[in-house]
Amino acid sequence: MKKPSGLKMAFIHAGLSLMCMVTLYPVLWVVKMALSPSDGLSLTANPFPDAVTFDHFREVLLSTDVHGRWVFGRQVLSSIIVSGATTVVGLTLAVTAAYALSRFRFPGKEGGMQALLITQMFPATLMLVPIYSILQKLRLLDSLTGLVLVYATTALPFCIWMLKGYFDTLPRELEEAAVMDGATPLQVFLRVVLPLARPALAVTALFSFMTAWNEFVLAATLINDPTRFTLPVALQRYVGEYKVEWGKFAACALVVSAPVMALFFALQKHLVGGLTAGGVKG
Amino acid sequence: MRRLCALVLLAAAWCAHAAEGPAPLKLWHAYRGGEEKALLEATNLYTKETGVRVDLLALPYDAYAAKLTNAIPHGAGPDVFIFNHERLRNFHSQNLVAPTRGAFRREDYFSNTVEALEVDGQVYGYPMSLKSLALYVNTKLVPRPPTTTAELLALLPTLSNPAEGRFGLAYESGDFYFHAPFLFGFDGKLFDEAGKASFDTPGMARSLAFVKKLQDEKLMPQEVSGALVKTLFNDGRAAMIISGPWFAGEIAPSVAYRVVALPTVSETGTPLRPFLGVEAAFVTARTEQASTAHELARFLSLGEASRVRTTLGRQIPADVQAYQLQAVKDDTLISSFREAAVNATPMPNTLEMARVWEPMKLTLRAVLQGGAQPEDAGALADRRYRALHRERPPEANPVPWLGLVGVMAVGGTAWVLRRPAPGMTFRQRYPDVARAATYVAPAAVGLLVLVFIPFSVGLGLSLFHHEAGQYTFVGLANFVDILASRGYSITEPLSFYFTLVVTLLWAAVNVVLHVSIGLGLALLLKDPLLKLRGVYRVLLIIPWAVPNYITALMWKGMFHQQFGAINGLLVALGLEPVSWFTRFSTAFAANVATNTWLGFPFMMVVALGALQSIPPELYEAAEVDGASRWTQFRHITLPLLKPAMLPAVILGSVWTFNMFNIIYLVSGGEPGGATDILVSEAFRWAFQRNEQYGFAAAYSVLIFVVLLGWSVFTKRLMRTEEAA
Repeated sequence: MKKPSGLKMAFIHAGLSLMCMVTLYPVLWVVKMALSPSDGLSLTANPFPDAVTFDHFREVLLSTDVHGRWVFGRQVLSSIIVSGATTVVGLTLAVTAAYALSRFRFPGKEGGMQALLITQMFPATLMLVPIYSILQKLRLLDSLTGLVLVYATTALPFCIWMLKGYFDTLPRELEEAAVMDGATPLQVFLRVVLPLARPALAVTALFSFMTAWNEFVLAATLINDPTRFTLPVALQRYVGEYKVEWGKFAACALVVSAPVMALFFALQKHLVGGLTAGGVKG
Repeated sequence: MRRLCALVLLAAAWCAHAAEGPAPLKLWHAYRGGEEKALLEATNLYTKETGVRVDLLALPYDAYAAKLTNAIPHGAGPDVFIFNHERLRNFHSQNLVAPTRGAFRREDYFSNTVEALEVDGQVYGYPMSLKSLALYVNTKLVPRPPTTTAELLALLPTLSNPAEGRFGLAYESGDFYFHAPFLFGFDGKLFDEAGKASFDTPGMARSLAFVKKLQDEKLMPQEVSGALVKTLFNDGRAAMIISGPWFAGEIAPSVAYRVVALPTVSETGTPLRPFLGVEAAFVTARTEQASTAHELARFLSLGEASRVRTTLGRQIPADVQAYQLQAVKDDTLISSFREAAVNATPMPNTLEMARVWEPMKLTLRAVLQGGAQPEDAGALADRRYRALHRERPPEANPVPWLGLVGVMAVGGTAWVLRRPAPGMTFRQRYPDVARAATYVAPAAVGLLVLVFIPFSVGLGLSLFHHEAGQYTFVGLANFVDILASRGYSITEPLSFYFTLVVTLLWAAVNVVLHVSIGLGLALLLKDPLLKLRGVYRVLLIIPWAVPNYITALMWKGMFHQQFGAINGLLVALGLEPVSWFTRFSTAFAANVATNTWLGFPFMMVVALGALQSIPPELYEAAEVDGASRWTQFRHITLPLLKPAMLPAVILGSVWTFNMFNIIYLVSGGEPGGATDILVSEAFRWAFQRNEQYGFAAAYSVLIFVVLLGWSVFTKRLMRTEEAA
């Protein structure tokens, strides 16, 4: 490929910087609210804080319940447990199912794939009422286990589709070669297929983690004990009907978003390959 | 290592589940701050006296009622809960609350609070405190509070200076609860003799005209939220505000204030009459410890507990004896509110009351935003009211339906069985069924239980009418009502067709913007020699990483008319600030801007991946053949992008179609529900309009059908793609 001219490069940089500014502006605005001492909003375009205080962060991070227990720590812990377990459970289920759909022939395969897509089209909020009754029958209401199962399964259709697409692009010859070398089917799956699928696994894991980390309607409905609330539900308490505490909301929002951003940065190289490799071959 | 982590996490999840002790009394409430502390103190007193432990649970107000109606019938609810009386009829018809008994005596409480808790002559719940509105006055700015509206009108211009953001009066003018005092003050009525809501009255028009005038003359701010009222009053930029006792805890210590009764309307001689709400402790019908639960509820409403709630929680007790206490006598806030409550209109606890909020809110906002004239508003509210509160459709006979389902099941089985016999045996055709089954089974079980069953229940629900806990089989009546657009013309926001068009427009505009911005950025970013490429890419995917309800709330704040960053930018550029949510075009644009910010990174990443997979040799060959840049883009880039972008576009369009959070949180459907899309409309039917689950399910089924049609269309697109 030809090396682009200096003028063109300057144009590209200008365009990208402009877009980055547009992208960052709302984020800076939230940072400003989190750091500003007043609790309200003010009509200025300037996204940088005039005065800096860490009070909002301190109050959010050290928040306690009426019994004086440090709830924020517990809420972080339950968020981590829920998201971690959702990722593990979701990925395990998705990987095995996607592998079977990609490699084996069995009755109901085509129909199953279609059915997975179809479930994505029914509005999730309306499934809330039946899900509530089912979890109650399974005695999993107000438990993190129930929440994990719901998150893991609702993320499944997307995860399975993504992974199946990726598995389809992996050459079967490698697996056949491994079988020739005397590997058992399980060994082939664990030692050959999974390492090859690493970019797609990373993206799927990220997706499952995000589903669980960010969701709040189900968490708010299914969990009763405030020490088991996940962070988005904790955030909700700063956005009351009559009182929005913008400073604390912004601080908490940053705390909630930070881990997902960190994961994105860590996985962003895989993101490009993992998302599209499956798509390219359909 | 990975497996170990997984085990630890799973074990931790199980432990969290298993760590449940023996059951003390469960008490639910939605208090925060001082009120919550007082309640804790009061329950501690109870525990000290009786030895019975009480577990408190504070719930976010928005989720509270839904949670109660879900949890109690399932036996997962509290023993006692604290709620306002106006939902009582609803709770009663769903059989959630138990009548008072034992030591309950009417004469312990103000009689109107007990009456508020009566249904068919039975008292449900122990009255705890009164909630109503009064005037908070900044005494530095207003030494003599106005007692009539004439005095108020004379005073306001001297206290207001919109250029400096100062206002004589501020209150949440878009909320009917806050408008009610004006309605009753202008001798308006909300219910006729039969107890039916009626909006088209002269009082309604006069009250709306009065408030509209205050706003148009900039004597009070527009689009007021609770947070804004608090900020203005604490900064000394609002001289007077209208709020309830809960506001006392929000006032900064530097502000000197008084609380007085709302002024009297000079034209009518009637005082501005706020609603009187009674907060009560209700015992749930399903509690297993009924006698202790009643004991606790009564304990909280009287004696020592009401002293604590008054002094620590700043609540206005319903307990007559409390006013004999010196601490309460000395408390001017409590006594002022008690006096102000004398004028208050007890809010009826009828089902009808719960139905007036949405039509009134829509109408109130339409008037304040200039979309409707005060004199036409009543008729508008009337129409909305009739549309939102459908009469129950006639019951249908389920037998033909069951028959139909049976016939379909038999027919389906027969069709499967009579398929041409395969030339091979089952085992030959599907050699690895057993292995496939072991791989698929775990996911299949999970999906079956938590996705397909709820999905089928949702489908089935669309054939029922749900009202106050009762399901009636009505066949296709819900669908007929929706598709015939019963109650409103198809050009009105509440019609299915109007919402469908908005939804399609919403999805199309968003997907076009997402794809073009994403693709444009990917083209800029694709050159591997570009400096700072990694930095740009990282910065540009940030919006994807922010949870979308945070994005929504953040942008909602940015679009605020008086204090948002967007209008800040406009003002900095010398333009007029825009009131974003008063017109369809700007409200829709605000939604689109938010969702575009949120959605372009996904398309960018997909496009980038696809661009990188195009071999550079193709371009080199084209270069040699003398093809122009544009020809290269048209004939190499676009065709090779298509297979990767098409699935992403399809997925993106389905996501956008059902993007509930952005619509619900940014525009909230304003103005007048015009920017609602099908999903948010379905949500409102299910959770905000008397829980019409069946009707909402019918909406969902229609959404599903539309998307199914879309997927059939795109599948054809994909197939021609493969053939090409």
